[in-house]
Amino acid sequence: MTSPIEIEIRLLLEAIYLRFHYDFRSYSMVSLKRRIGVALPPLGCSTVSALQEKILHDPQAFSELLQYLTVQVSEMFRDPTFYKTFREKIIPELKTYPSLKLWVAGCSTGEEVYSLAITLREEGLLDRTILYATDINPDALAKAEAGVYALDRLAAFSENHRQAGGSGSLSEYYTARYGNAVLDRSLRKNIVFSDHSLATDNVFAEVQVVTCRNVLIYFDRELQTRAFELFRNTLCRRGFLGLGSRETLQFSSHASAFTEVSRQDRWYQRC
Amino acid sequence: MLSLDLERVSSRNIEAIAIGASAGGIEALSVLLPVFPGDFAIPVFVVIHLPQDRPSLLVELFTSKCALRVREPDDKQDVSAGIWFASPGYHLMIDSDRRFALSVDEPVNYSRPSIDVLFQTAAEVYGRGLLGIVLTGANNDGAAGAKAIADNGGAIIVQDPDEAQAPTMPSAAISAVGSAIAAPLSRIANLLQHLKVGVTP
Repeated sequence: MTSPIEIEIRLLLEAIYLRFHYDFRSYSMVSLKRRIGVALPPLGCSTVSALQEKILHDPQAFSELLQYLTVQVSEMFRDPTFYKTFREKIIPELKTYPSLKLWVAGCSTGEEVYSLAITLREEGLLDRTILYATDINPDALAKAEAGVYALDRLAAFSENHRQAGGSGSLSEYYTARYGNAVLDRSLRKNIVFSDHSLATDNVFAEVQVVTCRNVLIYFDRELQTRAFELFRNTLCRRGFLGLGSRETLQFSSHASAFTEVSRQDRWYQRC
Repeated sequence: MLSLDLERVSSRNIEAIAIGASAGGIEALSVLLPVFPGDFAIPVFVVIHLPQDRPSLLVELFTSKCALRVREPDDKQDVSAGIWFASPGYHLMIDSDRRFALSVDEPVNYSRPSIDVLFQTAAEVYGRGLLGIVLTGANNDGAAGAKAIADNGGAIIVQDPDEAQAPTMPSAAISAVGSAIAAPLSRIANLLQHLKVGVTP
């Protein structure tokens, strides 16, 4: 039997899809339930049905709700060994290409794409690389493009960078200003920030590397499979896919199209 | 010998166990988890608060102590029998299709993983079939989750605060749940050996 709250959530998601064309209908129900539960008090609603009414009639309310439904806080060089494996096992193969394209799917506020850009710069590859950084949340994309992070987060980022095998100091890539770290503008010269939905959009380029970390955990298995199909079709042969540390291809029908580069760090290579 | 209260729990049909621990938790879990036999037929979910910036050694540590298989689940993995530790840095949730769902949402009670998040989501899935256990800890995580388990018909056992290395967490759970049973670790371990486990059709 479907519980009243699940019925309310499904109706809300349908309303969001019809009105705003954001498709959360295949997101993991247990995650949605928590996130919507967190959003209710600040949006002034006591039930999900009331929230549905509000987003349909108050133009501001949906963009507020979108922050609760999508924004993830990440870190630069989160899971340092992921970047270490990228540097040691994947970059040597990338160096054989005359030009490179990378796609960070679900870039949120940009910490990951800048971590990759810095690694590529340190390895002398950034100038011949285009990085696509996509997300469905326009506010997160704007923050990603700005590349400004609170200075008090930088100590942890620097330590991650060091553990990831960074060749210099992270402080070479930002300037401190009014309590913020402003990332070196030249890092984003080759980054294209763009709106893209893994639920509704399709392949837009052929790339050598896709990273999509801690995004798929919010999807149900069917939507995960759609995303994996998209990654499979967008990657060139022998291209690389990097996932979050607890995400796996194993439960999808596309598992056989990839081999494991590093089980520990969730790097895969397309056959 | 079990007390009457604990006997009431051992006569229930338990489908899953959820355990929360914080400060002093490794020692407490080292008493409880080795109790399960290798063929224990239901899942045992465990959230323990650890410093986040270290790689988790929980699986290695407890595999050496336990007969029952010890793992950290991947996202969307099917729930099955065994001991399942939440990975540091991720909330561990149980989805209604009885799969694990992970998230990197904001910490709850300053913690990620949070005991409340596991308990609340598991309570909705397992209802009366869930046994929640709150162990030693120096914060309030787990109290709201324990209440959710009790509200959904499940049972709550709490480590006796007088015995716990850090009494705050078990005390908070006792305050939150009127029907909570407080017992020292040795008796909880004894109860776990006498549990009636099985999956209701």
